[in-house]
Amino acid sequence: MQTLIRVFAKEVLDNFRERRALVSALIMGPLFGPVLFAFVINLSVERSLATADQSMDLPVIGAERAPELVRYLSSRNIVVVDGPADRDAAVAAVKAGKDNVVLYIPEDFGEQLRAAQPARVEVFADEANTVADRDARRARNALQDYSRQLAALRLVARGISPLVMKPINVDDVDVSTPSGRSAVLLGMMSYFFIFGTLMGGMYLAIDSTAGERERGSLEPLLALPVTREQLMLGKIAATCAFMALSLLLSLTAFFVALKFMPLEQLGMTPNFGPPVVVAAFGILAPFILLGAALMTLVASFTKSYKEAQTWLSMVLVAPTLPILIVSILTIRPRLEFMFIPSLSQHLLLVHMIKNEPLKLLDVAISVSSTLAIGAALTFICARLYRRESLLG
Amino acid sequence: MIVVEDIHKSFGAVRAVRGVSFTAPDGKITGLLGPNGAGKSTTLRILYTVLRPDGGSARIDGIDVVEDSLSARQRIGALPHGAGLYPHLTARENVAYYGRLCGLSGADLDDRVSHIIDLLEIDDFADRRSKGFSHGQRTKVALARALVHDPQNVILDEPSTGLDVMATRSLRELILKLKQAGHCVLFSSHVMQEVAALCDDIVIIANGKVAIDDSADGIRERTGCADLEDAFVAAIGRVEPD
Repeated sequence: MQTLIRVFAKEVLDNFRERRALVSALIMGPLFGPVLFAFVINLSVERSLATADQSMDLPVIGAERAPELVRYLSSRNIVVVDGPADRDAAVAAVKAGKDNVVLYIPEDFGEQLRAAQPARVEVFADEANTVADRDARRARNALQDYSRQLAALRLVARGISPLVMKPINVDDVDVSTPSGRSAVLLGMMSYFFIFGTLMGGMYLAIDSTAGERERGSLEPLLALPVTREQLMLGKIAATCAFMALSLLLSLTAFFVALKFMPLEQLGMTPNFGPPVVVAAFGILAPFILLGAALMTLVASFTKSYKEAQTWLSMVLVAPTLPILIVSILTIRPRLEFMFIPSLSQHLLLVHMIKNEPLKLLDVAISVSSTLAIGAALTFICARLYRRESLLG
Repeated sequence: MIVVEDIHKSFGAVRAVRGVSFTAPDGKITGLLGPNGAGKSTTLRILYTVLRPDGGSARIDGIDVVEDSLSARQRIGALPHGAGLYPHLTARENVAYYGRLCGLSGADLDDRVSHIIDLLEIDDFADRRSKGFSHGQRTKVALARALVHDPQNVILDEPSTGLDVMATRSLRELILKLKQAGHCVLFSSHVMQEVAALCDDIVIIANGKVAIDDSADGIRERTGCADLEDAFVAAIGRVEPD
């Protein structure tokens, strides 16, 4: 036990002195997710709020053929400007991205309208261009609304109530809560927490195995009167300590970043106060042992620092897989999922952000199964350290 | 005292050591001499218990290296070939870390570390981080580290490789000091002159076997060569390849 503590103390000191590692462990890892999130959410909120009341220019070919339509569009804050010369020019302009959307009004538009026939207009847009798509959708919606308005007027002129056009009135009743809605967006955060946690211990896991071998300090260490298991456990313990610190920073950074996200404007109120931060730490804590043992195990197999880095970057991605698979297949959460590390933590965190009570059984299974897998990996590490080929 | 009896070790199809026996007594310097790939390092690694022999036995002060490797390691100070330091720790911290792992603490540890730093003349750079150390400085610190728990037996694997004249001299002086203090010193080298100048007993190894085991004079006599280098060549020529 004393050896373990001494190895632990040395590895912690050593890692604190390696500035590059410290930056990636305690700054990059924990801040990456929250900062990225705050940035993206701010940007998207800004854009979605701005579009509704911002005026939009709509190039129209043949605007003089539909003065009523032009007037209607301007009431929708869509300013009609002169469009390209003809249809071919419109296609070219949209293709080149010069115009996001072009409206073409054919010559017989007025005639067809007067004859109460469906009057044809054409909207040119590039469906593959996501930026332009927003303008195109806005133009289409305005046209649809105008069309509906005309239809209603025609019915009234014939003495029929426009309500015949609406046999069914669909009302959406949204039962989601503000914190529930926030989970859609913030559920992804759980991966960033796991990512930050792993980042916190990655350097140490490599340095204390592959790094130690590469710089030739492993062999004299193994020649000391201590058991290899104790050395290995001390190293894993140090890795765990850094991961715990990194996780704590990740959670705190997210807590702070939330204050800078205008989520209320999206109708979201995430449940992420200090008590949830503490609870989230508790739920993610078992993952620390698993991650530390897994990274140490993988790094022990590699021959060099470089190789270890390559393999461990795969370990960083691995925890996303169960989360991704479940969300792509839209499988409803089941009790069995609580046995799967990373997925169980993710589901529990989403529950908390939604402000739903956690089931004790779920938490118990998540914690114990993750800890059990972590312990098993630690045991395998210990066995591995006994092998001669450890020295490479 | 180190007693090696008929040890064998293979790595896959390569038979690195095939029946090496010798004794390295206390108060004497024993040199393990041989060409590259002769099995010197493998033999030493078995002695400081990093490798396990396939056959035969080795005892450190009567303790078997396989059966009670922990106690055997307690009595050994080992300097593996190309041993590295922790670059972010100072020389003193590097030494103290090993001292702690060997069970030293508090004032005992400080005394012992200061003593060994004096002995190896590390004072000048003892409190600098070892990142930028020269090869000679690194070797000194690695040696200090190996000696911090005052082991009776000292095993050095090619300690002089890459050292300049001054560093080699101070290494030689240290080895002599250890001998005078009654330690058992076993070191490997492929430099004939170095071994001849220092060792009381020379074990020449070739192709994983002991070619000859005697004092420098004894080797000259038995091979009939006046020049030690010729004697070395003659001795390794006697061992049939695997």
